[in-house]
Amino acid sequence: MSKILEKEYFSKNVAKIVLDAPEIAKSRKPGHFVIIKIGDKGERIPLTIASSDPEKGTVTLVVQKVGVTSDKLLALEVGDEVTDVVGPLGEATHIENVGTVLCAGGGVGVAPLLPIVEGFKKAGNRVITVLAARSKDLVILEEQMREFSDEVIIMTDDGTYGKKGLVTLGMEEVIQREKVNLSVVIGPAIMMKFAALTTKKYNIKTYASLNTIMVDGTGMCGACRVEVGGKTKFVCVDGPEFNAHEVDFDQMLMRLGAYKDQEYAAYQKYLETEETVA
Amino acid sequence: MENIAEYLKAERSQEWRDEVRKSMKTKLRLEKVRVQMSEEDPNVRNTNNIEVNTGLSVEEAVLEAQRCIDCPTPTCMTGCPVGINIPKFVKKIETEDFLGAAAVLKDTNGLPAVCGRVCPQEKQCEAQCFYTIKLGKPAVAIGHLERFAADFEQKSGQIAIPEVAKSNKIKLGVVGSGPAGLAASGDLAKFGYDVTVFEALHEIGGVLKYGIPEFRLPNDVVDVEIESLKQMGVKFRTNFIVGKTASFEDLKEDGFKAFFVGSGAGLPRFMNIPGENYNGIFSSNEYLTRVNLMNAANPEYDTPVHSGKLVAVIGGGNTAMDSVRTAKRLGADRSMIIYRRSEAEMPARLEEVKHAKEEGIEFMNLHNPLEYYADDKGMVKSMKVQKMELGEPDSSGRRRPIAIEGSEFILEVDTVVVSVGVSPNPIVPAALPKLEITDWGTIVVDKDTMQSTTIPEIFAGGDIVRGGATVILAMGDGRKAAAGMHKYIQEKIKAN
Repeated sequence: MSKILEKEYFSKNVAKIVLDAPEIAKSRKPGHFVIIKIGDKGERIPLTIASSDPEKGTVTLVVQKVGVTSDKLLALEVGDEVTDVVGPLGEATHIENVGTVLCAGGGVGVAPLLPIVEGFKKAGNRVITVLAARSKDLVILEEQMREFSDEVIIMTDDGTYGKKGLVTLGMEEVIQREKVNLSVVIGPAIMMKFAALTTKKYNIKTYASLNTIMVDGTGMCGACRVEVGGKTKFVCVDGPEFNAHEVDFDQMLMRLGAYKDQEYAAYQKYLETEETVA
Repeated sequence: MENIAEYLKAERSQEWRDEVRKSMKTKLRLEKVRVQMSEEDPNVRNTNNIEVNTGLSVEEAVLEAQRCIDCPTPTCMTGCPVGINIPKFVKKIETEDFLGAAAVLKDTNGLPAVCGRVCPQEKQCEAQCFYTIKLGKPAVAIGHLERFAADFEQKSGQIAIPEVAKSNKIKLGVVGSGPAGLAASGDLAKFGYDVTVFEALHEIGGVLKYGIPEFRLPNDVVDVEIESLKQMGVKFRTNFIVGKTASFEDLKEDGFKAFFVGSGAGLPRFMNIPGENYNGIFSSNEYLTRVNLMNAANPEYDTPVHSGKLVAVIGGGNTAMDSVRTAKRLGADRSMIIYRRSEAEMPARLEEVKHAKEEGIEFMNLHNPLEYYADDKGMVKSMKVQKMELGEPDSSGRRRPIAIEGSEFILEVDTVVVSVGVSPNPIVPAALPKLEITDWGTIVVDKDTMQSTTIPEIFAGGDIVRGGATVILAMGDGRKAAAGMHKYIQEKIKAN
């Protein structure tokens, strides 16, 4: 059981949740994730850790309402308990001084990107961050990103904030302007696919953090498997970060859709029940 | 060994044992026919989760116990990985002292109700029974009797909690709450240690909960055994991954003096054939975890599972049988085993194969998958299968399957469960770089004490050492390791 200590909405469907989880807070490094489960009948879902405070013993998650479990999580208030939280899981990001690092985040992928941006900056790199969202109100963590980035470029699909266009446009602008030594991309699979194609054109080493379906999160079930460099890898123990140029994003997208119909039906049913209760 | 022989002799010559032996002529005992375990109707049980074996009645158990002739040298015991005093518990049943029988079981086995259900007795105790080796007749039904005594105790409400030595306040950690960890923690608690079991999942029990289905091992049965351990003072922490949530160093700073690692099977193996990552193709670990641990088949639970009408399960072990029978229960029209060798080579328990056949499982033995095909959404729709024949024995002693060229055909499927084994869990070896591991990723230990060859305070057993084993072998390891840890700690105390 982990108590919710703080909760703050970034937009209608995205909120930051601060959990009381002292052991995880102490052990966690950038790139790590947790698995959470709500209630006895809940499912286990992975969520990447956005930040932690080892002294206060807290872990911060940024959650977007997309289905039953994320909705249940955001329905909890400060003082409520999350039934199960386990972690930190996965391999930590390999942070070193490489020169200039181009970080690109899309949607709630910006949250797990934050500790990586911070890490690379503190390791002495020049860090340029591209944040992409559909429109202005979905841009999150801009202030925090500015704190650790030499430059922040905002891209929105509808042009309501920053520049109009996709994340790749902002990335290319930087790449054409200056030498980039490493790129890290986190966001929806489709965004990471095209971001990886962009950096591949310029031969820039790129890491992507994959957010696949998981059950146990400890290497036991294989639900998270995806082909990387022609070999099947388990995102939970081999990842979540991989060489983005080797990831088979089309396979990952296909596997993410495995339960699409069931998930949609379950969410509709959940929303209906919620309405009746309310 | 001599000590054990003498101890058994002394036990056997106790007055009550003499009386029981004399109460019936051996000839009469030998004439009796082995009891048949009654079972739920196959065509009813394959639609629900009710336990298949219903258990022996009191009368049946006593009659079966009478078959045992209480041999002077009980060879059956040589087949038991945890060294249960088999004739003693069987004779307790004959005298209708069922709680006494359960107590004998619990002397050496913390989970008798589990073992009575899932042990491959036909390869262990019953394979070494006098009836089997000398008479060529069906063995005394030791497994059924074990389950009977354990169930009797569970239902009696008078569950005996094993005696625990006075607390020595020495903290020991157990990594993993599967059969190896539970067995180790029970013995360590008896020695008086302050034992904490760390479990990665949200439930205690490891493979007994996520792997073995309810129809073969009800969760309630496991929970009663876990409750006994709690009563003995064993502490449990769920959602705690040693090596991740906290390091071994962190725990040592926290006062833990030694660890038993029973972290079990990790990465499921796949065959690395084309199309294996299509949707609808699972490892047996994933399929069974969704259904058993997460209750995915129950619409009240949030976890989904894809279980179709045409299900192929690849493999011939117990996990394959569990998966294929689960698929049937979830409504499959065809539940098929695809196994590359013949039935004679199947590693599954005989009883599981028998039950599977009764329930309408199709066995496509001597068949091997080559490739999977999917629809435009990436959902598996068919597979290419090749027929096999048996050649010369291979390194495992089993006849090697050889592909028959030109025998390939397409089989329509909508769900595939790959059950061809697992590799050891990588988390503990990754957290302890100094730990000696094999090329397979298993931890290298001394086979008598189960102590790591390179880190003295680490002991290990079960699948993390064996690669893939049975519940009872894991428990045997846990018990050996507990003895090894006790010796290690006591020697350290003396040295200081």
